[in-house]
Amino acid sequence: MRGNVNGQFSGRGGMFTYQFDWSVVLTGQYAQWIADGIKVTIQLSTVSIALSFLMGLIIAVMRLSHLGPVRWFAQSYLEFIRNTPLLVQFFFWYFGSYQILPQSVNDWLNARDFEFSAAVIALTIYTSAFIAEDIRSGIRSIPKEQMEAARSSGFSYVRSMQYIILPQAVRITIPPLISQFLNLTKNSSLAMTIGVAELTYQARQVESYTFKGFEAFTAATLVYLLLSLIITALVTLYDKKVLSPTGMK
Amino acid sequence: MEDWFGFKVIWDNIEHFLIGRYPSGPIGGLALTIWLAVVSCSLSIVIGIFLGLLCVSQNRFVKYPVLTVVNCIRGIPLLMVIFWMYFLLPAFTGGVVPENWTVIAALTVFTSAYMSQIVQAGIEAIPRGQMEAGLSTGLSRTRVMIFIVLPQALRNMIPSFVNQLVSLIKDTSLAFIVGVAELTHVATQVSNRTMIYPAQIFFFIAVVYFILCFMLTSYSRWLEGRLAYRKAI
Repeated sequence: MRGNVNGQFSGRGGMFTYQFDWSVVLTGQYAQWIADGIKVTIQLSTVSIALSFLMGLIIAVMRLSHLGPVRWFAQSYLEFIRNTPLLVQFFFWYFGSYQILPQSVNDWLNARDFEFSAAVIALTIYTSAFIAEDIRSGIRSIPKEQMEAARSSGFSYVRSMQYIILPQAVRITIPPLISQFLNLTKNSSLAMTIGVAELTYQARQVESYTFKGFEAFTAATLVYLLLSLIITALVTLYDKKVLSPTGMK
Repeated sequence: MEDWFGFKVIWDNIEHFLIGRYPSGPIGGLALTIWLAVVSCSLSIVIGIFLGLLCVSQNRFVKYPVLTVVNCIRGIPLLMVIFWMYFLLPAFTGGVVPENWTVIAALTVFTSAYMSQIVQAGIEAIPRGQMEAGLSTGLSRTRVMIFIVLPQALRNMIPSFVNQLVSLIKDTSLAFIVGVAELTHVATQVSNRTMIYPAQIFFFIAVVYFILCFMLTSYSRWLEGRLAYRKAI
């Protein structure tokens, strides 16, 4: 596709012309880079959301536990992770893993894609703290009679959580969870700082190879917008089709 | 001083972490982080209130364009906004923009979008009767909004503003990407120089950010509690 339009920017300091060339990001090698970036962004987000959902579930249940130390541990985990920048957590896991993780784990990670794994670890830990809070408020919105009824029919605390409370709580929690997925997708752009070749990384790469920064970043921005549009539409659909008809809200 | 788990490296570079190269060079480190956060926060509160008022406007030619822009900004990562500012600002101002101001502009644009949503929600939470009473005393809609509805709404929004400041402090770490010497950037410098203490260094700055943000989070919770108490009476 050939679409060359001249753009002009004028300002106090002077004027320069910028030659728009959209073919850079639409065809050939650079388009392939952007496409690869989209693939990695989606991979990174899906793997991390699945893991952080599991971890968030565990932390949320720990947070509501009757055992003091378990509850305090979950509480401090939540506070610490939520009040620390994600970028610092990225650097901590990426640069610090040699000092923290055992040698065998490091070898195992190094044999695979280490940057990707570090990004998954950081994103999972960060997002799980936010998901845990969402799930916790979901659990608290389930009437406590549900728990009492489950306990009186002989379920243990863990089993009543597992079979009675969590299935109902997760159903209510799905809209905030999808929003967390959106946040996660946006946050995954930080993985570029440790060298994961996701969308933002590729856009910057295209910019440095071709000097077509406007085109590259427009393409990336549009992809992110499209992703968030799809995700927001999913939440609305879920709200309308699943939650409202049954009156569970 | 004894080297406790390798944390001596922190103490050796503490001045660098706190103020950067200040007396002999530009200010950096924690001081710059706080400065970036406070400046962007003040600017985005002002812009956020303005945008929020436009979002509740009855003129649909004002309301929907503003809502679209706000939602677009909320839909893209902050890193993208920083890159846009990095390329756009020089194009518009025609000269070199200092990196600090690039970052402040990006943080302000990004946070204003979120602030405007807080303001919008805050205004909508004020009972309709306030607006109707104001209108019936003969004030114009704009005046009722500015002198009657907004002041009440603002008081309820303060906890949310503080929470946004917390996000902002965390977000300033992204200034690293365009080479602004704030806390995270200083930490990577020290880590590169000393080579073998990355875990200690990044854990330390995580704790610094945590102390800063946790104080503010606790303050906002206390404010929320106090507001709820006042409303109850």
